Amino acid sequence: MQHSNKYIIIYSTIMVVLVAVSLTFIAMGLKSKQEDNIRIEKMQNILASVHVEASVKNAIELYQKYITQTLTTNSKGENLAGVDAFSVDLAMELKKPVEQQQLPVFIATLDDGLNYTIVPIRGKGLWGPIWGYIALKDDFNTIFGTAYDHKGETPGLGAEINTEFFEKQFINKQIFDNQGNFVSVGVIKGGVPDSDLHNVDAISGGTITSKGLEAMLKDCLINYQEYFKNKGKI
Amino acid sequence: MSNNMKKERESLFSPKNIKLLRNPVNLDNPITVQVLGICSALAVTVQLKPAIVMALSVTIVTAFSNLIISLLRDTIPSRIRIIVQLVVVAALVIIVDQVLKAYVYDVSKKLSVFVGLIITNCILMGRLEAFAMGNKPWPSFLDGIGNGLGYGAILIAVGFIRELFGSGKLYGYDVIPKAAFEAGYVNNGMMILPPMALIIIGVIIWLQRSKNRELIDKS
Repeated sequence: MQHSNKYIIIYSTIMVVLVAVSLTFIAMGLKSKQEDNIRIEKMQNILASVHVEASVKNAIELYQKYITQTLTTNSKGENLAGVDAFSVDLAMELKKPVEQQQLPVFIATLDDGLNYTIVPIRGKGLWGPIWGYIALKDDFNTIFGTAYDHKGETPGLGAEINTEFFEKQFINKQIFDNQGNFVSVGVIKGGVPDSDLHNVDAISGGTITSKGLEAMLKDCLINYQEYFKNKGKI
Repeated sequence: MSNNMKKERESLFSPKNIKLLRNPVNLDNPITVQVLGICSALAVTVQLKPAIVMALSVTIVTAFSNLIISLLRDTIPSRIRIIVQLVVVAALVIIVDQVLKAYVYDVSKKLSVFVGLIITNCILMGRLEAFAMGNKPWPSFLDGIGNGLGYGAILIAVGFIRELFGSGKLYGYDVIPKAAFEAGYVNNGMMILPPMALIIIGVIIWLQRSKNRELIDKS
């Protein structure tokens, strides 16, 4: 059947409006649930950096149990009052000039009674953003644990950054050298002896992701160095 | 016409309708016989759980897009019919994606872009063009379910084999006993890579054709 142009235009307009309206309602209805999922995942990632494995069900409970304090600092190491560390969007903060960035800090008190400082990091991989959490021991220098994740790195290559064997390498590495200068942790090719405190072995075939991760560590942790130095002295 | 309608109504599951449901699972399978939807079949079958969720998602989308297009088939202007089909499919896929994100977030992350890519799945467009545009709503709905199940059956079979031999697990639970690993059993790393999915699908096609001689091309 041949329809007139008028019919086609009216038909498509009505169809598109109907579809748009119904999709909007569905998206709005499911939004709170989806945001909860994202928050729970964030809690799981934060907990994973201090080696606490949380499931979707117990993440909130474990987070409240172990994360005893949250605060927001800036690149000068000053405490910013009245900013909720958990809701700070690091991706947005990193776009601002360094002095204006609000830097979240999470402090975990584990079953051993010690405090660990967890800071979020975010950078670029090969295909998209990569991010993670670094937990430092109470010397504000030695890494206690890391949890990385990525949006869409190549499976088997760059995507290996969130596997245990890669994250394990960072444990006991140090971000300051003996003179107290910030050196971060490098991700280098060709193997790293255990005695090297400032480098880990990169992923074969995941060079760009590895380099991105190295840059992410450096760029994000350097903003915290004043905070770490101030705290480390006490 | 009215006589015809009566007949239709009397037999919701007439042999003809049952055939619509059963044929795509075996003799007219979208993956193994029509060789459609291979891309996602390779991508989401590393583990059983994403394969099952993907199978369900595709079944729901094919069934309801077939139903909606069949209901609208007399009103759709033929010049923009593909666009109308795409809008319907895209809307359904977005709904499925949003629901997955809200209720099975971990699986939706694993499926990532492949839920969105259901829109471009050839099975869907094929069924809409070939069946729903020319048939009544109920048979179209059954045809959609049948094709979704046919697609899903292969996905689940491949996912089962790949997760079992590739990770030693099923649905995330360990099934291969620790003793086997201690005795020297090793997971097959090849299983978790896409080429192995293609090989498994090839083997399934081979088995199916050796059982059903009529599927073999006579050339």
